[in-house]
Amino acid sequence: MGSENILVRLADVFRDVFDDGEIAITPQTTARDVDGWNSLANIRLMIAIEVEFGIKFDVGEFQDFRNVGDLVAGVSRRVD
Amino acid sequence: MTRHMPWLRASPDDFRERCDAIDRMDSMRIGALRDLSAYELNENQLLRLARSLDKARFDRDDSPLLPFTLGLISNATTDFLVPVLKGTGLRHGVALQVAAAPFGITLQAALSAECGVLSANPDAILLALDFRAYFADHTLHDVDPDSAVNDAIATLRNLVREFQAASGTMLLVQNIVAPPERLFGSLDRSQPGTAAWLAARFNNQLLEGVLGPGVCLVDIEALSTQIGVANWYDRSQYMTARLPFAAGCMPLYAEHVLRVVSAIRGQSRKVLVLDLDNTLWGGVIGDDGIDGIRLGQGDPVGEAFGDVQRAALALKRRGVLLAVCSKNDEAIALKAIREHPDMILREADFSAFQINWADKVTNLEVLAKRLSLGLDSFVFFDDNAFEREHVRKSAPEVAVPELPSDPAAYVRVLMTGGFFEAVIFSAEDRMRSAQYAANGRRETLAAQSRDLNEFLRSLNMQASFTIHGKLGWSRFAQLINKSNQFNLTTHRYTEAEIMAMVADPKTLTMQVRLVDQFGDNGMISALICKRQDDDWIIDTWVMSCRVLGRAVEEAVLNRLAEEARAVGVERLVGIYLPTERNGLVAEHYSKLGFAQLATEDGSRWALNLSEFAPRTVPIVIKDCAAE
Repeated sequence: MGSENILVRLADVFRDVFDDGEIAITPQTTARDVDGWNSLANIRLMIAIEVEFGIKFDVGEFQDFRNVGDLVAGVSRRVD
Repeated sequence: MTRHMPWLRASPDDFRERCDAIDRMDSMRIGALRDLSAYELNENQLLRLARSLDKARFDRDDSPLLPFTLGLISNATTDFLVPVLKGTGLRHGVALQVAAAPFGITLQAALSAECGVLSANPDAILLALDFRAYFADHTLHDVDPDSAVNDAIATLRNLVREFQAASGTMLLVQNIVAPPERLFGSLDRSQPGTAAWLAARFNNQLLEGVLGPGVCLVDIEALSTQIGVANWYDRSQYMTARLPFAAGCMPLYAEHVLRVVSAIRGQSRKVLVLDLDNTLWGGVIGDDGIDGIRLGQGDPVGEAFGDVQRAALALKRRGVLLAVCSKNDEAIALKAIREHPDMILREADFSAFQINWADKVTNLEVLAKRLSLGLDSFVFFDDNAFEREHVRKSAPEVAVPELPSDPAAYVRVLMTGGFFEAVIFSAEDRMRSAQYAANGRRETLAAQSRDLNEFLRSLNMQASFTIHGKLGWSRFAQLINKSNQFNLTTHRYTEAEIMAMVADPKTLTMQVRLVDQFGDNGMISALICKRQDDDWIIDTWVMSCRVLGRAVEEAVLNRLAEEARAVGVERLVGIYLPTERNGLVAEHYSKLGFAQLATEDGSRWALNLSEFAPRTVPIVIKDCAAE
């Protein structure tokens, strides 16, 4: 699965988690750019992404991602 | 997605789009969301459903939900669980509000008004305390193991009493599961102080010392065992977010909680309505005969159906009423129930029978009237996807478990689907089925359910006809030689004779295939017509009973008339030769507008094509090129 494809599916997950159909993400997006991306939402996002892609992150890995680009790379390593 | 709930249909691929569409509606959203909740949904999808439900909560609706407030106390994080519970509530017809105590609160503080649980006036309170609420992970307990268990039970019992005194509502408590890791191995079970020993001892004392009037169990041990304890616990998610169990198990957990909630409200199902062919036995009784159906020992397929019968009998013993709803000739089917040596269920085990050729929704309505119960107390167990979909669409109150193709898996669906969840087993339950014993009375059928035609149109049925088809003759021969019920003449032909007829230009052979939204039904009807002057004599007309009541006969007649006119035939002549098995089609030709001819035995019927107008059918005709 290409990075573009992963980003598209991640955007769906972001829209679900933040209940905002308009949300747009790029590899540069960070938690500061998204309303409501607090620590609770961060866990919800992690769980939702694990469910969406059928993957498991290593413990602590998700918390270390600096931005959506890191996240895409993390997902990509597991789905390919 | 890992499927934990095979009794539900797999979630639709366009789930997000359907939620978006529902969000854009300005009324009646609750009913639409309820339809979606009947699929197996993962935690993301249930979150989405709960949000859409929040937006729709003021909609006026035909199917209003019952409000229910659940207090929730846990030693772990519950933020992610709350929307999953709400979305699952929809599946059970409940508008669930959850008043959850904040994470990290002491159990005593949960009793205070500020905590928000008691002040929400809950209808029930769930004490979601797991192994870690009582015992340390991994180690042999350093205090006396017996007193550790006694203390844990005392803690729970006191909490239950205090909440009961403060709220007067129902308490739901959980048993506990030892993590799958073992200290010694098999020895753990008998070694005081290990997790396995502590959990087993705790769970036993819970039964004696905590459960009772007003206190119900949610059996976490059973549900985690069902999916595997190693799948239940997720150490990473516990470390990251204090999730008490794997997030992927939340939908199944919520389903079990809501089952108990429904049972408390007295909303459990009471009647199991069973199909016969390929549900209680393998094969079709009307075609295969009492010696041909598969049931009983010595044949794995026969054992699978015996297993279904044994499970149904056990349900009957606990007070679930059994009924039959089957498209069959009643006399033939009852004979099998009475006389087949391997039947486990017998006539007296059933409270009512509806065995006829009418549509199943109408028959369910008759059963409901007969038993004086609502359709919402019915579970409809049928191997046929068409029948299941018809009931889901036209009688949505009925619970319709999804069945896999493998009959050996039927029992798992029946017995883990939670349709008959109960919180009490009374003396009346034991007696119930005797009160409803079948009395031999058969209700006359009401008019065919009004919306059947509408439903048929929604199936996207496509029929295709092959005239003089050289391919498919093997199935063609099988249909002709195996069909007993929908068979007008019961003429049998060898494959060589059929090949000769296919090649004969004066004989018409017609193969009919049907595709619908459930898939390809394959060749479902076969006809042979022989030319006699300006007549076509319909020598053979057979059809699979699986597609009965779907206007296939009318579509076939339309096509037959067209073919006949094209070759200058002026009249169709049908023959009905009665046998013990084909009473089903005694009125076939009169229903299609044929007039009975004044012959000695009255077996011949004719239709003048000059007077025939094609019938409107809910089927799209796809043509196959003549081969």
